[in-house]
Amino acid sequence: MSLLEVENLRITFPTRTGPAEVVRGVNFTLGHERLAIVGESGSGKSQTGRAILGLTPQPGQATADRLSFDGTDLRSLSARNWRRLRGTRMSMVMQDPKFSLNPVMPVGKQLMEPLTTHGTPKREAKRRALEMLEAVQMRDPERVFRAYPHELSGGMGQRAMIAMMLVSEPDLLIADEPTSALDVTIQIEVLRILDRLVADRGMGLIFISHDLRLVSSFCDRVLVMYAGRVVEELNAADLHKAQHPYTQGLLNCLPQIDEDRHPLPTLDRDAAWAG
Amino acid sequence: MTTTRDWLLSDRPASRRQAKLGQSYRTWLDFRTNALAFLGLLIVVALVLMAIFAPWLAPHDPLVGDLNHTRLLPPLTEGYWLGTDDQGRDILSRLIYGSRITLAVVALVAVIATPVGLLVGTTAGYFGGWVDTVLMRITDIVLAFPKLILALAFVAALGPGIENAIIAISITAWPPYARLARAETLTIRNSDFIAATKLQGASSLRIIWKHIVPLCMSSVIIRVTLDMAGIILTAAGLGFLGLGAQPPQPEWGAMIAGGRNFLVDYWWVAAMPGMAIFIVSLGFNLLGDGLRDVLDPKRQK
Amino acid sequence: MAAQTIRGRRGALWTRKAASVLGTVAITFLGLLFVTFLIGRVVPVDPVLSVVGDRATQAQYDAAYRALGLDKSLIEQFWIWLTKVFQGDLGTSNLTTRPITQDIARVFPATLELATVSIIIGTVVGIPLGVWSAVRQGRPIDHIVRVIGLVGYSAPVFWLGLMGLLLFYFKLDLISGPGRVDIAYEYSFTPKTGLFLIDTATQGAWDAFGNVLSHIILPASLLGYLSLAYISRMTRSFMLNELAQEYITTARVKGVPEWRIIWVQAMRNAAVPLVTVVALSYANLLEGSVLTETVFAWPGLGMYLTNSLQNADMNAVLGGTLVIGAIFVGLNMFSDLLYTLLDARTRKRS
Repeated sequence: MSLLEVENLRITFPTRTGPAEVVRGVNFTLGHERLAIVGESGSGKSQTGRAILGLTPQPGQATADRLSFDGTDLRSLSARNWRRLRGTRMSMVMQDPKFSLNPVMPVGKQLMEPLTTHGTPKREAKRRALEMLEAVQMRDPERVFRAYPHELSGGMGQRAMIAMMLVSEPDLLIADEPTSALDVTIQIEVLRILDRLVADRGMGLIFISHDLRLVSSFCDRVLVMYAGRVVEELNAADLHKAQHPYTQGLLNCLPQIDEDRHPLPTLDRDAAWAG
Repeated sequence: MTTTRDWLLSDRPASRRQAKLGQSYRTWLDFRTNALAFLGLLIVVALVLMAIFAPWLAPHDPLVGDLNHTRLLPPLTEGYWLGTDDQGRDILSRLIYGSRITLAVVALVAVIATPVGLLVGTTAGYFGGWVDTVLMRITDIVLAFPKLILALAFVAALGPGIENAIIAISITAWPPYARLARAETLTIRNSDFIAATKLQGASSLRIIWKHIVPLCMSSVIIRVTLDMAGIILTAAGLGFLGLGAQPPQPEWGAMIAGGRNFLVDYWWVAAMPGMAIFIVSLGFNLLGDGLRDVLDPKRQK
Repeated sequence: MAAQTIRGRRGALWTRKAASVLGTVAITFLGLLFVTFLIGRVVPVDPVLSVVGDRATQAQYDAAYRALGLDKSLIEQFWIWLTKVFQGDLGTSNLTTRPITQDIARVFPATLELATVSIIIGTVVGIPLGVWSAVRQGRPIDHIVRVIGLVGYSAPVFWLGLMGLLLFYFKLDLISGPGRVDIAYEYSFTPKTGLFLIDTATQGAWDAFGNVLSHIILPASLLGYLSLAYISRMTRSFMLNELAQEYITTARVKGVPEWRIIWVQAMRNAAVPLVTVVALSYANLLEGSVLTETVFAWPGLGMYLTNSLQNADMNAVLGGTLVIGAIFVGLNMFSDLLYTLLDARTRKRS
C-alpha cells in the first residue's frame, strides 16, 4: 500500500481578476521511495508540497478527489488531527534557514518543539535533539543547541533544520528546495547528510527542486511540472529518454563543462502544454 | 461616458498624459471601493462646502443671540435644531461659521509648514555634510518636544489668539515634512538628470527649487493630509484652553469650553461642538487612511 | 571560545550604540533648553517693567535692566540661565510664590500615577485587540478594531472627558467626579509616594483606595483609550508582518498549536518593536494629560501648566514645558536603547 495518494489536486487563489489556479489536477502516488518534483518557479511545485501538509496559505483553496496519507483521508481532517500528523508523521524541510528558523528562539528549543508539542517529556526531548544534531554532523551539538539562529552559518542552519524535521522520525518528509539558498560547496554535504538519514530511516521523501540533474542523482522517480500540471513522470535513471519537449528543454539547459555552445539554448514554453 | 472610461482604462495609452490620467482613474476606482475612505472624503467635502456657503446655510446670526427669548434652548427646538447657548445664539449657525475657522487653521498650517519642511529637508538632503547635520539636528530637537506642549508654550509667549495659535502649530508641524523631504532628496540627489542639470550650470537653488522640490511634493502632501486631523485636534485643544480664537468667535474648541460651565443641565452646549470636531477629524483620518492604502505600492499585487 | 567572541562583539556593539544615543540625547537636551530659553525671551511683555513698574525713572530702569542681565549677549544670558537650570533653579512661580522645581516635584506624582494606570489599560487591552485583528485580518473583527482605533485618533480627549463626566458621574453616579480623592478620605492616609493607589494600599486604607480608584478610573480609561488606538494599530501591523514569515510555517509544520504560534513564536518577535511603541505612547500620554487633567481637575503637571498659562506665569510655564520635554526626550532615548538591547541579544545586525 502506498504512503501517499494524490488525485486531481487543485489549488486556487482568488485575485482581483477572478480565481487563479496555480495547481491544476496533479496526480501521483508515493511509497517508501524518493520522489522528485521538478519545475521552474511558479510551476506549482511548492504549493503542491504545502497542500500535502494542509498548509496552503490563506486565502488559497486546495481541493482534491483523493488525498490520503497512510490510509487517512487528509481532506476532511480537523485542525487538531492535522497537528497530530504534522511534526510527528510528516514534516518539511524548508528553503532558507535565515527565514525558516525563528530568530528569537534558541535552536535547541526549536529543535525540541516537534517532540514537546506532542507530549514527549523535556529531558527526553533534549536528549534526542542533541543526538539528532550529532547525526547531522554538528561538531559541537551542545553549543549549537544553545545558539540563536543568526549565530549559525547557512550550512549549519540548514543542517539544524533537517535535524528539527527528522527528530520525530516522520514517515514522510517533504524537502522544498532544501539546498537552493546554500553555497554550492555546502550543498553536496547537506544533501549527502539528508540522503543518508532518509535512506537509514526508510521514510518517503518528496524532493522539490528546480535542478533536474541534482534530482536525478538523488531520487528514484521524477515528476516534471509545468504551469500547475505534471507534464511528465519518469524514473530518474531514464531521464535521457524524456519525451516531453519541456523536460528535454530543461535537460538541455544544463551546461556541460566540455562544450562551448552558441547561442545559449532557451527554454521553450508552449501554451498548449499548460492546457 | 463609456468611451471616456475605455480611454482611461486603455492597456495601451497613446500619450504620457493618458497613462497618467489612467493611473489616477484606477487609483480613484480603487479608492471608491473603500467605503470608509469614501465616507471620509464626503465629510471633508461637506466641511469645505459648509465653510464656503456659511452665510447662506446658517439660519441665524452666529455672534449675536436673543438673550431674552432663546437662551439655552434644547436641541430639536423648531428653528434651533441643535439648541442654543447661554447667550441665546443658535449652535448650528455657530458650528457652520466655525467650520471656516477650522478650515482656515488647517489650510494655513499646511501653507506655512509644508514649504518650511520642504525647504529644510531638500536643502539638508541636497548639500549633505555639515549642512545636513545641523539642519537635521534642529529638526530632531523640535521633534523632541511634545507637539501640544510646544504649541502651548509658544502661544503663552506670543499671546493668545487665532493667528498665534496657527503660527505655534506650524512651528510644531514642519519637522516630519523635513525628514520626509530629506529622505526623498537623498534618493534622487545622485540621479543622472540632476548631474545633467548641474553640468548645464544651474545653481543649487535652481536645482532644489525646480527639480527636487516638485518630486518630493506628492509624498509630503499625502503626509500633510494624514496630519490634518491632528492639527484640528491641537487647534481645538488650544481653543479649549482659551489660547486660540477669542470670544465671540465660534471656534469649536472654545465653544466646548464655553459649554463646560453648564454641562449638567444644558449638555448640548458642550456636546455639539465636540461632535463637530470629532466628525471632521474622523473624516480627515478616514480619508488619509484610505489614501495611504490606495497609494501604498506595497499593498498592491 | 567562539561563543565568547560572539558575546564580546555584542557587548562592544551595545556600548558603541549606547554612546551614540547618549551623544544625540545630550545635543537634543541642549537644544530643548535653548528653545525653552528662546520662548522665554520672545514674550512681548517687558521683563524690566514687570519688576520696576511703569513709574520708575530711567536710572532705576537701567539698573534693573542690568540686574536681570539683559545687557549681556543672548549667548551669555543663555549660559547664565543654563547654569541655574542645572542647579535645579527654574525660577520662582508668581502664582504660588514657591520655587518652580518644588511645585513640579509636588504635582508630578499625580501625573505619573494617571499616566501609568493609563498605559497599563492601553497595553493590556490594545495588544490583544491588535493581535486579534491581525489574526482575523479582513474579517469583521479587524474592521471593528480599526474603527475603534480611528475613533480614538479622532475624538478630542477633553470633550470625551466632559461627556464621560456628564454620563458616568452626573447622570449615572457610577464614579467619583473631578480631583484625585474626596476630602473625606484625604486624611485617612499619608501621601508618602504621592501615588495614592500605592499609598492607600500599603497603608491598608481600603476605603480610601476605593475612592481613589473611582476617581482615577475615568481619566485613566480615556487616556488609556488614546494609547490603545495607537498600540493596537502598531501591534496589528507588527503581527501581520511576523505571521507572514517563513518561521511561522515551520512552526505549523512541526504541529505547534496555533495559540502558541501566535503568542509565543510570533509575539516574541513582535515584542521587540512593541516595547518601543509602548514607551512612546507613555511619552505621548504626558501630552494628553495636559488637556485631560484640566477637565478632571487632576492636580498634576498638566493642570499646573495650564493654570500657569491662564495666569501668565511665564516662569512656571517654561519650567513645566522643560520638564515635560525632558521626560519626553528621556523616554524616547530609553525606548531606543531598549530596542538596541533587546535586538542585539537576538539578531545579527542592529
